[in-house]
Amino acid sequence: MINEVLHTLPQVLIDGLTLGAVYAIVALGYTMVYGILELINFAHGEIFMTGAFVGTAILLTFAGVGWMASMPAVVALILVLIITSVVTGLLGMGIERVAYRPLRNAPKLITLITAIGISFLLQDIVRFIAELKKGNYILTGPSLFSGQIGIKASSVWSGFNDASVKSSFFIVIVVAVIMMVTLDFFINKTKWGMAMRAVAQDRETAALMTVNVNKVIALTFFIGSALGGATGVLFAIQYGTIDPYIGFILGLKAFTAAVLGGIGNIRGAMFGGVLLGVLEMFAAANLPVISNGILGAEYKDVFAFAILIIVLIFKPEGLFGKVSVEKV
Amino acid sequence: MSILTVKNLTKQFGGLVANSNINMEVQKGSITAVIGPNGAGKTTFFNMVTGVYQPTSGEILLNNESIVGLKPHQVTKKGIARTFQNIRLFGAITVLENVMIGMHNHLHGGLFSTILNLPRVRKEEKEARKEAYRLLEYVGLESFFNEEARNLPYGAQRKLEIARALATKPKVLLLDEPAAGMNPKETSELTKLIYNMRAELDLTIVLIEHDMKLVMEISEHIVVLDHGEKIAEGTPDEIRNNEKVIEAYLGKGAATTAS
Repeated sequence: MINEVLHTLPQVLIDGLTLGAVYAIVALGYTMVYGILELINFAHGEIFMTGAFVGTAILLTFAGVGWMASMPAVVALILVLIITSVVTGLLGMGIERVAYRPLRNAPKLITLITAIGISFLLQDIVRFIAELKKGNYILTGPSLFSGQIGIKASSVWSGFNDASVKSSFFIVIVVAVIMMVTLDFFINKTKWGMAMRAVAQDRETAALMTVNVNKVIALTFFIGSALGGATGVLFAIQYGTIDPYIGFILGLKAFTAAVLGGIGNIRGAMFGGVLLGVLEMFAAANLPVISNGILGAEYKDVFAFAILIIVLIFKPEGLFGKVSVEKV
Repeated sequence: MSILTVKNLTKQFGGLVANSNINMEVQKGSITAVIGPNGAGKTTFFNMVTGVYQPTSGEILLNNESIVGLKPHQVTKKGIARTFQNIRLFGAITVLENVMIGMHNHLHGGLFSTILNLPRVRKEEKEARKEAYRLLEYVGLESFFNEEARNLPYGAQRKLEIARALATKPKVLLLDEPAAGMNPKETSELTKLIYNMRAELDLTIVLIEHDMKLVMEISEHIVVLDHGEKIAEGTPDEIRNNEKVIEAYLGKGAATTAS
C-alpha cells in the first residue's frame, strides 16, 4: 500500500501545488478583508469567478480578431492578467463602496448576509451576460500553454512513477509566487501596507494619525479583488472550462484555507492554501487505495475538511494565528 | 495670540449633556490644563476638538479657521495631534513602525508609485525610518525601536504615544492624562519632556491631568470642568483658591471648612 502511495506522490505534489496556489491567493482576499473589517466577504469567491470570465472573454476577443496568432502567448497572458486585475479590483472596490460601507457600523450579521446576497447577484449577472453573448454559460477559452511535459521522477527514485504536467502549471506557480512575494513586501515594508496594518488594529487611532481609513479599506478591497480576479484567469488557463458557479465551492475552500492558516494572517493564508491543495490531491489519489476501494476519490473534500476540524480542535486560532485574549 | 478657540461648544448624547456651552481660548505656545472630577466631560471635549465626535452645537477654530465637521484624519493634518487616556498604540507592530504611521501624511508616495516601488519612494521610506528613530531618541525610547509596542513598560508606552503624535508634525498637542500610572521619576521626566517640546518644537500643549502637583507646576492656564460645564479658569494660583473648584472636588461646605 505504501508503495502505491509513493508511486503517485510526484503527480500528487504537482497537482496539489497547482490547486494550492489558486486556493492560497484567493484565501489572501478573504484574510485581508477579514483582518481589516472582521467581515467574511462571501462575494470574494464570485470575484474570482468573474475574473475567470473576464479573462476568458478577453482571450476569446483576441482570438476573434486574430491577435492570438501574432502575439506570443506570454504577452497575451500578461495583458489579460493586468486588464482582469484592474477590472475585478475596481469591482471589489465598488462592492465595498455600495454594499459594505453604508453598513460599516451595522451588526456583523447584516453585512454577512449582504455579502451572500452580492455573491448570488454576481453569479447571475455573469451567467446572464455569458448567455446573452455566447448562448451558453459554460465557456471554454482558447488554450494557452497546453503542452504536456513529462517529468522523469523515476530517475530520482525508482519507487516513483513518472509524472506529467501541463506547461501552464509553471505559469500558475510563477505568477502565484510573484503575486504573493509582492503582496508580502507591500504589506510589510511600505507606507500603505503599514497603514493597512494600523487600520486593522485600531481604525479610530489610525484616523487620528492622519491615515484616511476609507481610502485604506478601499485599497484593501482593490488589492484582494485584483489578486482574486487574476487567479481566476490562471484557473481558466489551467483547467480550461469555467461556469458561473466555480466561485462558490472554490471560495469556500479558500476561506477554509484562510481559517486553517489563522484568519487575518497573510502568510498563514498562503500556507493554508498550499496545504489544503496538496491534502485534497493526496486524498483524491490515495483514498481508494488506502480504504481498499470503499471510499472513492470523490471523498477528497471530506478528508480535507476532516483535517481542518482536527486542526481547529487542537489549535482554534489556526496554524499561524495568534491567540486573542478577550480583555475584561 | 489665541491658536485654538472654542465657542459655545455643546455635546449631547441623547438626553445626557456631556459638554455644555464651553468657551475657551488657548494661547499660542502656552501650556494649558483642563481639569475636573471624573465624568466632567474632559475627554469628550478632546474628542470633539480632534473630530472623533461632532459637536451638537458650537464652534472650534484653529488659527481662526473652523475645524468643525472635518474627519479625524483631516483635523490631524491641520495640526492637532493627541495621545489617549487608555493607551491606544498599535500593539502588534514595532515601536518604530508606530511612529512611522504618524508620518503617513508627510510621506508623498502615492499608491501607484508605492506599488511600483520607485526609487524615490524607497528613498523616502528610508528617510522616514531615520526621522522616526530620531523622534524615539527625543523621547528616550530608541533602545526599544524594534520591540513590539505591547511589550513596552507602561511609562514607555505613554512616551511612545507622544512620539507617535509628534510624528504628525502638530501645532497643538493634546495630552490625555499623560502621567496616569507613572511613578514619580517617570512623571518628572515627563514634565521635562513637555517643557522641552514646547520650547524646541514650537508647540502649544493642552493636557488633561489628575496629578495636581504636575498640573500646578507646569500649566500657565487652567480650565476647570464639572458636569460638562466650565466652572472656572485662570492661573494655578487663582484655581487653587477658587471656591467653586474646591466644592466640585470635595463637595459643598469643604471650601468654607478649609479656609
